[in-house]
Amino acid sequence: MNTETGRHPGLNLGSGHAEAHGEAEALVFGFWVFMMSDLVTFGLLLATYVTMLDNLAGGPGPKDLFELKPVFIETLVLLTSSLTYGMAILSLKHDPGRRVQPVLAWLGLTLVLGLAFVAMEAKDLHALLAKGGAPQRSGFLSAFWALVPLHALHVTAAALWLMAIVAQVWRFGLDTPVKTALLRLGVLWHFLDVVWIAIISVVFLGGLA
Amino acid sequence: MSAPVETEDETGTPDGTPQQELRSYLWGYGLSLLLTLPVFGAVAWDWLPRAALWWAIGAAAVAQVAVQFRFFLHIRLKGQAKEDLQLVLFTALILAMMGGGTIWILHNLDGRMGGP
Amino acid sequence: MTLSGFLDAALGRLDWNALPFWEMVAHPSASSIINGLIASGAAGVMVLGALVTVWALTRYSLWGALWRDWLTSLDHKKIGIMYIALAFVMLARALAEASVMRTQQAVGLGGGFLSPEHFGQLFSTHGTIMIFFMAMPFLTGVINFVMPLQIGARDVAFPLLNSVSLALTAAGAALVMASLLLTPFSIGGWSGYPPFTETGYSPDVGPDYWIWAVTLSSLGTTLAGMNFAVTIYKKRAPGMTMFRMPLFCWTALCVSILMIFAMPPLTLATSMLALDRYLDFHFFTNTGGGDPMLYANMFWLFGHPEVYILILPAFGVYSEVISTLSGKKLYGYTSLALATICIAVLSFTVWVHHFFTMGQSASLNAVFGIATMLIGIPTGVKVYDWMLTLYRGRVRLGVPMIYAAGFLMLFVIGGATGIVLANPSLDYVTHNTLFLVAHFHNMLIPGLLFGMLAAYAFWFPKAFGFRLEEKWGRRAAVSWIAGFILAFFPLYGLGLLGMPRRTVAFFEPAYLPFTLVALAGAGLVLFAFGCLVAQLVVSIRERERRRVPAGDPWDGRSLEWSIPAPAPEWNFAVLPKVETRDPFTEAKEQGRAYRSPEDYEDIGMPRNSAVGPIVGVAGFACAFGLVWYMWWLASLGALLGLGAMLARGFVRDTVRVIPAAEVRKAHEGWLAMVHATPRIPRHEENTPANLGHAIPASQEEQ
Repeated sequence: MNTETGRHPGLNLGSGHAEAHGEAEALVFGFWVFMMSDLVTFGLLLATYVTMLDNLAGGPGPKDLFELKPVFIETLVLLTSSLTYGMAILSLKHDPGRRVQPVLAWLGLTLVLGLAFVAMEAKDLHALLAKGGAPQRSGFLSAFWALVPLHALHVTAAALWLMAIVAQVWRFGLDTPVKTALLRLGVLWHFLDVVWIAIISVVFLGGLA
Repeated sequence: MSAPVETEDETGTPDGTPQQELRSYLWGYGLSLLLTLPVFGAVAWDWLPRAALWWAIGAAAVAQVAVQFRFFLHIRLKGQAKEDLQLVLFTALILAMMGGGTIWILHNLDGRMGGP
Repeated sequence: MTLSGFLDAALGRLDWNALPFWEMVAHPSASSIINGLIASGAAGVMVLGALVTVWALTRYSLWGALWRDWLTSLDHKKIGIMYIALAFVMLARALAEASVMRTQQAVGLGGGFLSPEHFGQLFSTHGTIMIFFMAMPFLTGVINFVMPLQIGARDVAFPLLNSVSLALTAAGAALVMASLLLTPFSIGGWSGYPPFTETGYSPDVGPDYWIWAVTLSSLGTTLAGMNFAVTIYKKRAPGMTMFRMPLFCWTALCVSILMIFAMPPLTLATSMLALDRYLDFHFFTNTGGGDPMLYANMFWLFGHPEVYILILPAFGVYSEVISTLSGKKLYGYTSLALATICIAVLSFTVWVHHFFTMGQSASLNAVFGIATMLIGIPTGVKVYDWMLTLYRGRVRLGVPMIYAAGFLMLFVIGGATGIVLANPSLDYVTHNTLFLVAHFHNMLIPGLLFGMLAAYAFWFPKAFGFRLEEKWGRRAAVSWIAGFILAFFPLYGLGLLGMPRRTVAFFEPAYLPFTLVALAGAGLVLFAFGCLVAQLVVSIRERERRRVPAGDPWDGRSLEWSIPAPAPEWNFAVLPKVETRDPFTEAKEQGRAYRSPEDYEDIGMPRNSAVGPIVGVAGFACAFGLVWYMWWLASLGALLGLGAMLARGFVRDTVRVIPAAEVRKAHEGWLAMVHATPRIPRHEENTPANLGHAIPASQEEQ
């Protein structure tokens, strides 16, 4: 292994977890690479959305469809979930007794926030349909429906993964595979924040400004 | 790998005490809220003219992304493994070329077709 | 539920019309019978091949071995070999299709024998297969096999992911094969341009087959690229710095980066087309605010980097082959590495040259035209470096070198026509003509296929422990080169005469001589493929005479030649410490090669896993269900794949430890054998005397 750069990006487990580091290095770096590939997907969907802004085909546009308040609440929920995820990692790293409960408690809170985000998002999309904002209506709406629900789908997948990891904690305790999985999920979870910020800025804030 | 010694985190400084790390996360959270709330307010109550508003949204978004990378994803400019930063910057370059190119080309085509 | 209701739900839109002979039975006519017979013949060959395979596996009770030693294996070498086997099978089909198309155009003056739909399916499957299921698996397989050996690693970074990538690619290939039996495939070309491929114009299953096959391949390729990139970044042997890596690894690294960033636009383009077709979205439709031009843009955002994904690994292979078979170190290593990086980055800046004629402004076209011409510069650097490596080398004209020589000359011609096409105003004249077809075949056959075939001949002994037969190999190489020239140079002429590509029939007699010559070329190419088959058969039958157990049949320069042939599961008994470029050559010259290591350690290798094959089956089931609207099957496949991945999270026993004593026994035994093996000079390397123990070029008598 090339020694100079022997540390993986993102969250670190800190002292006392050396055995996890070697494995984590390649795994977390690999996951970063995956995220960057995914970021290209989202970037291109955003670019598609921008090019489709005028393709309304006589249908409703951003100002007819979007509401700021639910998006605002969703943003707060998602940002807060990032903080709670960070707290989970901190207690994984620093809890003096290496206890499982604080980690699980923070992860549970993160999961609740994540699922709440998805639920609110689903409600918004449902409301959009009622306003005549179905994806079949126009190119613009198609682009919207490819972009925003894909993010929600990512959050759902992340929540599913979180549940699978919690099940692994229950089965194996906080062993090395669980720790490295938590590191990777952390990258995904925070990364979804970054994507969401791009989405709200271009789609909602930009559309309603 | 090596035994658990005085580990350094990716900043090249010794792993912070739990308090320091907690403070870092709270800073990140605080900053991201600070970059979110005013923008939403500005859009909700039309504090600025439209063009200025767009610039403000864009600037806040870029700053926000930087905050997320710095405090939550722990990507920093100095002291850490170089390939991570390189990876992120290369992705940004690719995105700029692909996204920017797409918007440029499609806009150009739109213009030459007399718009939609 | 009534029976018909049940059948509708179970079979979706699958009915008798899907069978390739149904049309000629239902509506017999001269045309439908000829086309039906050809299509049924092709389907018959495939079914027969599958049946013979199943029979042989059963007859010789090989199912267990197939499952244990191959399908569930996570060994990067075996996965690489399976990729290459897949590539050869698909190459056979796509070549057969090419020959039928050449035959059609040779008799196509005023008609011919194929229906336009049949011809359309042929060029669509030919292109799709050659790109996604021949070229991509071939190069992925070669990288998989060679790269970890060259950087001194025991496996790739993520062995399970490797198996999953292979399974996804194979599932896509299986889907294309399934379309032979349950027709039709798309007639929208390998690039699947809407609005033609939208439901309005292509309501049948064809574009859906294309969409899902390509999507599966695209996902598999993205994952493979990530795996390779992380392997190169994190798994190099001690001392193997980036600028000590063999050049093939540099090309592998750049290719993986291209895969990581260029595959998402393809996945997006096919997914958006799928949303249009399945859920009535309006991305690329003519109506409802759709924009077909967005598709062209998105597709070629992938498509151009893809060209370099295809060509760079061959550049790497040629670098290794030319240097090794000239007995010289690679000339201008650093410039070759930098040129590779330049090409990789520039490849993201030129995609518009695939649609210069779409209507954007001249100044926009000019930007991309200039960017395109710029790529000629690093590519030219490479050609000079290769020539200067040959210069004053002791060149051996073995099979890989024949391919390399053919490549050097033909590729420069192809490159020159590329510079012609890079000029937007000239592109307007030649766009959508056979000139373009000639150009990209001229780049991809010498620049990809010859490279892969050279790699196949070059590294085959490392994979299986014996050399390939030379005579059939030479016949194949020379026929490939001559066949290619005959088949494609006339197409430049046809293009300049104005013959459009993808044309089933023509009415201009002046085209005829060219299409006839091209047919002869296609015949020669088929013969070349036959030679490859003969070579393999002969080589396997006479393998005892060609064994190279000492592992270094060609006086190799990099680490993979310092280990036994076939390579052991763990690759390196002890991870090598690298201090220079061409480490094995230096070790041989200084007498440090084949020394016993001071100590052995336990080696952990990944255990077999069924997750790969399960994901492959799940992916195929899901895609097949989507194609035919069998929603139950699609959901079942999706759930199976998801379940396999979740379940894998609960598997903790993933590493098999090979005790140090076992490694010591194997390695010391091999070393003793090597020391007892006579060393041979280069001019005996194609004789039975070659047991894989080479006298280094510098020590040979001059």
